[in-house]
Amino acid sequence: MFGEFVYLDNAAATRLDGRVLEAMKPYFLETYAVATSQFGYSLGIEARDVLDAARATIARALGAVPEEFIFTSGSTESSNMALKGVAMALGGKKGRHIVVSRIEDFPVLHSARALEKQGFQVTYLDVDEYGRLDLDQLREAITPQTILVSAQAANQEIGTLQDLAAIGAICRERGVLFHTDATHSFLRVPLDVREVPVDLVTVTAHLIHGPKGVGGLYVRQGTPLAKWMDGGFQEFNLRAGSENIPGAVGFARAVELVTPEETARLQEMRDRLIERLLRIPHSRLNGHPTLRLPHNANVSFRFVEGESILLHLDMRGFAVSTGSACFSRSLEASHVILGIGGNHERAHGSVRFTFGRFNQAEDMDAVADAISDVIENLRAISPLGKE
Amino acid sequence: MPLPYSEIVMEHFRHPRNVGRIEDADAKSIEGSPACGDMVAVYLKVDPEDLRLTDVKFESYGCASNIATGSIITELAKGKTLEEAKAITWKQASEALGGLPPIKTHCSVLAVDGLQAAIQNYEERHGLVKERVPTTVEVVRKRLKRVMNPLTGLDLVRTKLVKDIEVSDGTVRVELDLPSDHQFAANIQEEIMEKIEPLWDVDKVVVEFTE
Repeated sequence: MFGEFVYLDNAAATRLDGRVLEAMKPYFLETYAVATSQFGYSLGIEARDVLDAARATIARALGAVPEEFIFTSGSTESSNMALKGVAMALGGKKGRHIVVSRIEDFPVLHSARALEKQGFQVTYLDVDEYGRLDLDQLREAITPQTILVSAQAANQEIGTLQDLAAIGAICRERGVLFHTDATHSFLRVPLDVREVPVDLVTVTAHLIHGPKGVGGLYVRQGTPLAKWMDGGFQEFNLRAGSENIPGAVGFARAVELVTPEETARLQEMRDRLIERLLRIPHSRLNGHPTLRLPHNANVSFRFVEGESILLHLDMRGFAVSTGSACFSRSLEASHVILGIGGNHERAHGSVRFTFGRFNQAEDMDAVADAISDVIENLRAISPLGKE
Repeated sequence: MPLPYSEIVMEHFRHPRNVGRIEDADAKSIEGSPACGDMVAVYLKVDPEDLRLTDVKFESYGCASNIATGSIITELAKGKTLEEAKAITWKQASEALGGLPPIKTHCSVLAVDGLQAAIQNYEERHGLVKERVPTTVEVVRKRLKRVMNPLTGLDLVRTKLVKDIEVSDGTVRVELDLPSDHQFAANIQEEIMEKIEPLWDVDKVVVEFTE
């Protein structure tokens, strides 16, 4: 059945590209040494060179220099590192206030909550109905004690893009560090750190057809960041632990394979699907109509619940995601849909479709047909929406 | 299929039995709400002679567990007398479905509550209700036995999460042995409110967590 399976949950994980796997293989079986200093044995030196090359490739994609890119185990670690690293570096000196948006993904949101328990103050910024930050509120939120603003590049559920240049400019003007979680937008939406005044950027490999378990953090030169995981002196003495060489190589190869043409193709699929889905009665788009990720569609359907939609679609061979409480591990409705002013019902009936390299334009019509049918059936047994 | 649901649950989810409305129902109920994510409506036809359920139908807005439980309770209740149907528990419904994942038992409880509420609705309409009982600590405790801990699928009382209950002047205070940042704190609080607030002499429900 998996031959016919249409995977539309590329914001959760993507299929590894075969070319990435090929690039990684030698670093499991042949060059398996850890990266050593220049005084080590040849195999270790080779590993170090490969790591440096991978770092340079990814840094270049961000407009950064290699020394500004730290490999991590993924975006969760990167965002933890950014928030907690800055808090540890500046909390005792400059101040103990952090600003984040209300609709950040859990690595940022829960790092902020953890810091709150350590006595930091956190301001959670509101967003408008599309999920865009209120820049005036941001300006007001920054105080002399503020050390960091963390605002995502794109939202994980509804795909809304933030104006990073404007947010960065405000932070610069007020002398506050700016972190952005670019997990979902990396390479799909341009971000060049030479143009956008951002100090820390979270990225990951597994959403661009790279391997799981490797990500990174861009750290602008001179950014105060404390090392919070102790061990060896790897990654410019900022992130201890033996380097994940195959992961780094796979990440770099995945970066090389993303092209603007591919992203444009995904955007066409997105627009086609959104157009089809909004023909279903009592449906509405979540997130911004144009300022959104090119590979994200998120629509709420009234009178039906997301987990039921998801299960029925699964039985028909489609994988999607939902913001319904029934589907979440905490049984809580999506904080993003609630954050943009939606009610619980809108969250429960929200379905997220995210695309990747291995999706085809025909998949959009197929899933639109399937979901129209599923929703009609579920509405027939729902006590809501009648009369 | 590596799904968390049993074959029977999936069968009822795919093909729910006794779905729909009874336009001239003798009694009906709606439990849950769109806000809580699950909602079930139950409709009854009752033979006034022997108080037997001649027809039971349901509608569901909810997850697979809610739909499947709604379906199974209509099968379990149909043909039974009101007294027999009153004895149907969420545990029986869950067993008839071949078990439910712990995190989903509250949906099963909701559907069974729907059946019980519809029966109560019939009794109220037909003068079969005895005197209204004032809410006591015991009444509250009994209701809390229908609030599930999503981690275990067992109720709050049995898993010893209820530290204290106080009832005074229409205010019910429930103290839980659970930190406020527990994964399911918000969910459990909501469930408690839903179960206790409808009691006729309760104005306010306060749920307290440990720090």
